[in-house]
Amino acid sequence: MSLEVIKPGLLTTLQDAGRPGLAHLGIGRAGAFDTPALRIANALCGNPSDACVLEITLLGPTLRAHHDAWIAVTGAPIPVRVGGIEQAMWAPVPVPAGTTIELGAMREGCRSYLAVQGGFDAAPVLGSRSMDVNARIGPFGGRPLQAGDVLPIATADGGTLASAADAGTVKKRAWRLDPRPWFDEGNTRRTLRLIPGAHFERLAESSRERLFSGSFKVDADSNRVGLRLIGPRLEWTTPIEMVSEGCVPGLLQLPPSGHPIAFGPECPVSGGYPRIGQIAAVDMSCLAQLRPGDALRFAACTFDEAVEALRKRERALQKLEATIDQRLRQDRDARGPWMKPRVETSSNPLTPTLSPKR
Amino acid sequence: MTTGFAIEPLAEDTLLLRFGDGIDAATNARVHAAALALRDADLAGIVDIAPAYASLLVRFDPFAGNDNALLETITKALDPGLRRDDEQKRVTQGCMADRIVEIPACYGGDCGPDLDAIAEHARLPRDEVIARHTAVEYSVAMLGFAPGFPYLLGLDPTLQMPRRANPRTRVPAGSVAIGGAQTGIYTRELPGGWQLIGRTPLVVFDQARETPCLFAPGDRVRFRAIGADEFVQLAKRSA
Repeated sequence: MSLEVIKPGLLTTLQDAGRPGLAHLGIGRAGAFDTPALRIANALCGNPSDACVLEITLLGPTLRAHHDAWIAVTGAPIPVRVGGIEQAMWAPVPVPAGTTIELGAMREGCRSYLAVQGGFDAAPVLGSRSMDVNARIGPFGGRPLQAGDVLPIATADGGTLASAADAGTVKKRAWRLDPRPWFDEGNTRRTLRLIPGAHFERLAESSRERLFSGSFKVDADSNRVGLRLIGPRLEWTTPIEMVSEGCVPGLLQLPPSGHPIAFGPECPVSGGYPRIGQIAAVDMSCLAQLRPGDALRFAACTFDEAVEALRKRERALQKLEATIDQRLRQDRDARGPWMKPRVETSSNPLTPTLSPKR
Repeated sequence: MTTGFAIEPLAEDTLLLRFGDGIDAATNARVHAAALALRDADLAGIVDIAPAYASLLVRFDPFAGNDNALLETITKALDPGLRRDDEQKRVTQGCMADRIVEIPACYGGDCGPDLDAIAEHARLPRDEVIARHTAVEYSVAMLGFAPGFPYLLGLDPTLQMPRRANPRTRVPAGSVAIGGAQTGIYTRELPGGWQLIGRTPLVVFDQARETPCLFAPGDRVRFRAIGADEFVQLAKRSA
């Protein structure tokens, strides 16, 4: 089982839940930037939540299925065509052998995720299939995908999706998820919660004020290592000299330029710039979806609030994963393992959606 | 001793234990002692224990349990009164790992294009620079910058030299370099501003190797000067 890369898109990488536990060796976590989008894409394919998917940036790839497969696309809205027919995001989509999967340009947001039933099965490197492009670690030497790459897919024994061979001709699915709140269409929620950090009190008073009142713009020189944020120039009351210490994704550093850098999943494991604070983990998926030119703001938040928000989201995600699993089982049982797939007519334009109860 | 550290929450799933604010062997030894004690304690829910010069990053599963309980367990694990004698000894000796890694390095020439500049800066003959660089036993203070890149403590103060005003865009893999009071080894071709004194034929980091990194935090390191012939031989063997 495999998918072949015909066109790689702008920056398409294999990502899973990342490579934790190796920071002491100078090896970062990497992994999907928008983790709820990773998990929901996997859930829609009946995969474990940390299975390996494609992370797609701004402009999507063209792929060819060598075998029957099921895919699901989540994250930033992106046109998905299978065998030339437009498909829904946030839903399992059957892909017959030999057909082409074309992903277009994102309307908004920055990263989409394509999961395949069984998960991409490149040999793991140091416990993960995630490509760390900056550190050059991962399958394919950690480089982004190129035309001609063949991506192996694991066989999904006893998967919750009907056998892909039963999928029959490409057709619209009868249901899809409501992307909200997992992707905020119209990107209205661009205020990221920030937990003030070790050096926050040493920001000049005017800078502290501007940090929360000002608007910042994502610079073009931004990637999975970090996003450069251009806005009101921020200053320390006195220069802060510090020795290099541990860094994690979400850290907001202030280099001498006066323009903060927000760390992403490929950030270095240590660094020596003073720290303004930490972006709440629950808002990292919003950071992941900011593209160059997008504006954002910060709102102060306490540790307890950030932890509570993260726990709340985790409960909602787990509930949604369970709902999806149940729905996939219903679909499979309704069809029956021996029956030909029902041809679903798309006469009703109002496709029912599954909304997570929160 | 591990006493006297401050715990700062860095993120919802990360604590930073600060033992000081300078680059010195004593502080760094306390960091490694704490890292070792935490590893030995094998606390449930801890994902990462990463030493830096003067601080220790501890990452945990934010959904595993109660933060306060974790803080208490960490503090307890680091209580010097509760720790074993041999650990205490290693801490007082400033030596956390029993391992000594020997690094063959070819000094000067194409391998170390900045050797002459270092010699001039130190007002020492080139041979004396090499002798002083190979005389010391270094310790791996931390790994960072790139996967497996060792920051080594212990450089002879006479060999200290500021970074280059214009960093190189490509420093060859294996380059042994001096940056201020630190010395290190470029794990692969990387951009960098440190002064290049020599080069090792060993592959410092290889993601496909069973042990990808040549070094672990706290390791002791010695350099051995080799000639061009041995460099070529060893390079062939480690390729």
